Amino acid sequence: MYKILKSEKLADKIYLMDVEAPRVARRCQPGEFVIVKMDEVGERIPLTICDYSREKGTVTIVFQIVGASTLKMASLKAGDAFQDFVGPLGQPSEFVTDDLEEVKKRKYLFVAGGVGTAPVYPQVKWMREHGIDVDVIVGAKNKDLVILEDRMKAVSGNLFITTDDGSYVRKGMVTDVIKDLVEVQGKQYDVCVAIGPMIMMKFVCKLTKELNLPTIVSLNPIMVDGTGMCGACRLTVGDQVKFACVDGPEFDGHLVDFDQAMKRQQMYKTAEGRAMLKAEEGDTHHGGCGHCGGDN
Amino acid sequence: MDILKKVPVREQDPKVRATNFEEVCYGYNQEEAMEEASRCLKCKNNAKCMGGCPVAINIPGFIKEVEEGNFMKAAEIIAESSALPAVCGRVCPQESQCEGQCIRGIKGEPISIGKLERFVADWSRENGFVPTKPEKTNGKKVAVIGSGPAGLTCAGDLAKMGYEVTIFEALHEPGGVLTYGIPEFRLPKNSVVRHEVENVKKLGVSIETNVIIGKSVTIDQLLDEEGFQAIFIGSGAGLPKFMGIPGENANGVFSANEYLTRNNLMKAFRDDYDTPIMYGKKVAVVGGGNVAMDAARTALRLGAEVHIVYRRSEAELPARVEEVHHAKEEGVIFNLLTNPVEILTDENDWVRGMVVRKMELGEPDASGRRRPVEVPGSDFTIEVDTVIMSLGTSPNPLISSTTKGLETNKRKCIIAEEHSGKTTKEGVYAGGDAVTGAATVILAMEAGKAGAKGIHEYLSGK
Repeated sequence: MYKILKSEKLADKIYLMDVEAPRVARRCQPGEFVIVKMDEVGERIPLTICDYSREKGTVTIVFQIVGASTLKMASLKAGDAFQDFVGPLGQPSEFVTDDLEEVKKRKYLFVAGGVGTAPVYPQVKWMREHGIDVDVIVGAKNKDLVILEDRMKAVSGNLFITTDDGSYVRKGMVTDVIKDLVEVQGKQYDVCVAIGPMIMMKFVCKLTKELNLPTIVSLNPIMVDGTGMCGACRLTVGDQVKFACVDGPEFDGHLVDFDQAMKRQQMYKTAEGRAMLKAEEGDTHHGGCGHCGGDN
Repeated sequence: MDILKKVPVREQDPKVRATNFEEVCYGYNQEEAMEEASRCLKCKNNAKCMGGCPVAINIPGFIKEVEEGNFMKAAEIIAESSALPAVCGRVCPQESQCEGQCIRGIKGEPISIGKLERFVADWSRENGFVPTKPEKTNGKKVAVIGSGPAGLTCAGDLAKMGYEVTIFEALHEPGGVLTYGIPEFRLPKNSVVRHEVENVKKLGVSIETNVIIGKSVTIDQLLDEEGFQAIFIGSGAGLPKFMGIPGENANGVFSANEYLTRNNLMKAFRDDYDTPIMYGKKVAVVGGGNVAMDAARTALRLGAEVHIVYRRSEAELPARVEEVHHAKEEGVIFNLLTNPVEILTDENDWVRGMVVRKMELGEPDASGRRRPVEVPGSDFTIEVDTVIMSLGTSPNPLISSTTKGLETNKRKCIIAEEHSGKTTKEGVYAGGDAVTGAATVILAMEAGKAGAKGIHEYLSGK
């Protein structure tokens, strides 16, 4: 069992947990992910690592309620435990293994969208720990959905926040901020790292392609084992089929077939919707409305 | 009784079992087992059946005890050579191993050695058989990577010799392919697999799940930092193959590995488990091996019309005859000499059909089987909503790519000596599918035994 030391609601439907997982904490790097399984009947859920403490042997995860399994997970409190917690999985971010002197010469721009702020954080923190100041854009739907602001501020060079509805700092999409920084303020970047909803990454990549700015994205497709066994997470990158779990999760965003990736994410939407309703409605589910066609 | 014929084994009615995940074969009861055992000639010297058994179980010895009703004694005899008799009795290809060599089989049908082994294993489980644990350990620590048939066998053998063994398993449940691959209706998980894993633990083996060697910890760290003096790698062949045809990334196309893992490991077929699975209406399973049969029969039980699409003819099907027979009985349709060319999709990228091409058999190829040759202009479309690719698997490079000095061949298989499991790295041994590529449970067990022997020789000399 993997004990939860802290559980915190960051925003509506977004939760942060510190989990005791010494083997993962000892080895994990920015960019990698874990798979958690709540209990005997639970799904294996891939989550990007948000933070870690090698000394305490803990790993911080952040997740959003998107279905029945994450809804159940959100009810876990400090003192509870995950039955399974495995990792680190995937490849670390490129800059971790690149020559540090080379990395220091590059200008990085990090772009985080919504809950994607969580996986961006350890990368920016790594940069700070290695004496590199980076610009960070955090976008959210509204003020309440901006997460990890203080932590991010503490490790970034410049932090730019934007909200879709203008309820905090400025109104607009992350792409508006990128345009502003590059085209209006004349900033020069060598690498952009964009992590957030698939649709955000797609549009960031569309823009950075025009700006000729190489862009890394982190993808979180449907997975089962996370070790290359099932192939559920396969993607088309350039003209090649890649498995996000072992080849990724980070890829050259300009080569990713986002449309296919987004369609593949819909694979179990009907099943998930039913499970979610069942979880929310509890005993009142199957009231005989006949709309869902049963659980099969 | 006809001494030339096997005592028939009772099975679930095909029509009924095609709708449930209960075990297909009921196995022998005591009377049936004793009667079948009485057909055995009990060959004294050089029994052929033992030569056909990769782990050299004393077959005439245990069958004699069955005939006399000493089932616990029979279990002890099997336990000397195998830690997984309830598994092997169910999934070994006996027809080409022990039973294939049986003298009784020259004129009539061979002894049902597999069914007798299964009976002994099931009876001894129900009657509280506990494997004997050595009184004390020798203090030497060995790590075993993977808790599939190779790893469990190697760990069990080493524990019996007195070693302190820890198995590291990447998934959350031990058993490897016995747990994620082979379905419930052929190999029940709770009663059979979990129990045999527990028996290995009773020998003193500890199992740490959720540890991915190469990621959570490396082979070198196990040797240098965690105090293991030798390592056996039995990490299997987990990577699925795809065909590389258009439409293969569409929604509704799965590797057999994914489909079976969802169903077997994650128990998607049960309402009380959270993991979803596609309930296809019309499913094509591409391939002709045991895994293809497992996927096809699983899809059938989930309510689909199921087609096996295989490019050669029935004679070349790599699956066991018994599995093909069971699949047919249950209603799986075989589209033989047929090869997929393209997967067709609808506007939302869901599978709507598959274009296939007729094949004919040409000259034998390197495998000795007649090579399938395309028939020009023979393409036609079959309407399906789900396609399951069952084209074989290859070893996962996670371990070999993170271990200096551990050499692999061009198929990414770890290079190891057959008789000892010795690899190119000192103190590291390997066996099973990780070395041979996808093969059978019993061959992995044989390699696990060889690895245990190799490690014992290595550490005895230290």
